Amino acid sequence: MNAVFGRGLKTLSLITVALLVGAFAMVFFYAPNDADQGFIQKIFYLHVPLAIVALFGFVAGGVYGIKYLRTGDRMHDLRSYVAIHLSLILAVGALVTGSIWARGSWGVWWTWDEPTLVSFLIVFLLYACYQPLRFSIEDPERQARYAAVFAIIAGAFVPLNFMAVRMAESLVHPRVLSTTGGSMPSDMRITFLVSTVAMACLFITLWKYELASKHATFRLRALKRRLADGEDAWTPNPRRSAAPTL
Amino acid sequence: MRSAVGALIRKDLLLQRRTPEAVPAMVLFSIGTFVLFHFALDEREVSGNLASGILWVTLLFAAVLGINRLFVSEREEGGFDGFLLAPVDRTSMLIAKATLLFLFLSVVEVFVLAAFAILLLGPSPWGPLPELTLILALANAGIAVIGTLVAALAIQTRARDLIVPLLALPLSVPLVIAAARACAPLLTEGGAGALEARWLAILGLYDLVFGLLAYAIFDFLLEE
Repeated sequence: MNAVFGRGLKTLSLITVALLVGAFAMVFFYAPNDADQGFIQKIFYLHVPLAIVALFGFVAGGVYGIKYLRTGDRMHDLRSYVAIHLSLILAVGALVTGSIWARGSWGVWWTWDEPTLVSFLIVFLLYACYQPLRFSIEDPERQARYAAVFAIIAGAFVPLNFMAVRMAESLVHPRVLSTTGGSMPSDMRITFLVSTVAMACLFITLWKYELASKHATFRLRALKRRLADGEDAWTPNPRRSAAPTL
Repeated sequence: MRSAVGALIRKDLLLQRRTPEAVPAMVLFSIGTFVLFHFALDEREVSGNLASGILWVTLLFAAVLGINRLFVSEREEGGFDGFLLAPVDRTSMLIAKATLLFLFLSVVEVFVLAAFAILLLGPSPWGPLPELTLILALANAGIAVIGTLVAALAIQTRARDLIVPLLALPLSVPLVIAAARACAPLLTEGGAGALEARWLAILGLYDLVFGLLAYAIFDFLLEE
């Protein structure tokens, strides 16, 4: 409880900003325009890292869910919650950029032929229920436990769903990370890798900021309560929320 | 453990015999859905992909009704407390409820398949019946496992009837993909096509993964 949160955040933030700026500079000035699709293909350096980092975030939420069930430590619940919350936001970004890309290169806003996009929508729909589920459970301990169970089920669902959808649809989605290493030229591949690392750093930085902020709020609330003790002050119950409370 | 599972199943079957609730509702709902599909699609007969899709969407929505009711008696009549006080493994509740849901779905499907054949389906489903039974059984097992998990998750929340469909529908997408694709060639006009093994593999894998997962985490849903 007394661990210092937010340590090293400044360095991490600086690294993230530098990486993001570097990644975008590489996208616009270093990576070549795609021979078929032209400039629109560059959205790929945003779309794919967003999707990959969101999926890893979802799975990380499941891993912290397992940790919570094993230890009962509420910090793990908070970590799981923040990871899923952030991944949901990135997932919206991935869906929107994917849609724009589809419009740019195939002329439609949505295509059912693209298994990765369709799987992503299904995963997004599932995780969109995470907050309503949490919100509809009042007891905080039970809320944490059920949310962990949900995070684990959904985390296992992600790869299974991708497999089933991929088998069901034709394969028109560009496979950039296929077993042969993809057919990307090396300058494109380096740009893509830098963008992905930058996006992962952004995720971790935001995750740490959110954890630090939540933790500070809880500490402040606890201190206020202690201050108000003694006097016959009336402390209002904190508003019921989907977010975990410590 | 076996006796606990048996006792739980007997209790629920007795409840169903005295006040039949889930199964008749699911059958009636399915037949109503077929009528709706007839008018919505303006088709007298369906076959192939369309038939398979209608069948699976209907069965899945009917299953959601059953999932919603699965733990209601436990919740409302204090069955959870009685079960938690009993010196039995908590996993027996999972096995009993999943078996029960599997049985419900199987009974419902007997009626629903007959109704579908009479009302809407062009080609006869009785020729490829063994293959259909296999697909139905594999898909039922998946729905039973995931349904029990979702029902146990939702029963303690304030918004139970909202949470169940919201969670159960996306979770069963892989099941519907595999089951509908596997059924489509069997329901095609002019002779049934061959059953594709990969869809059965997906169904089996789904059952296995979520079966093991449910076994591992179900206890946490019952703790007080």
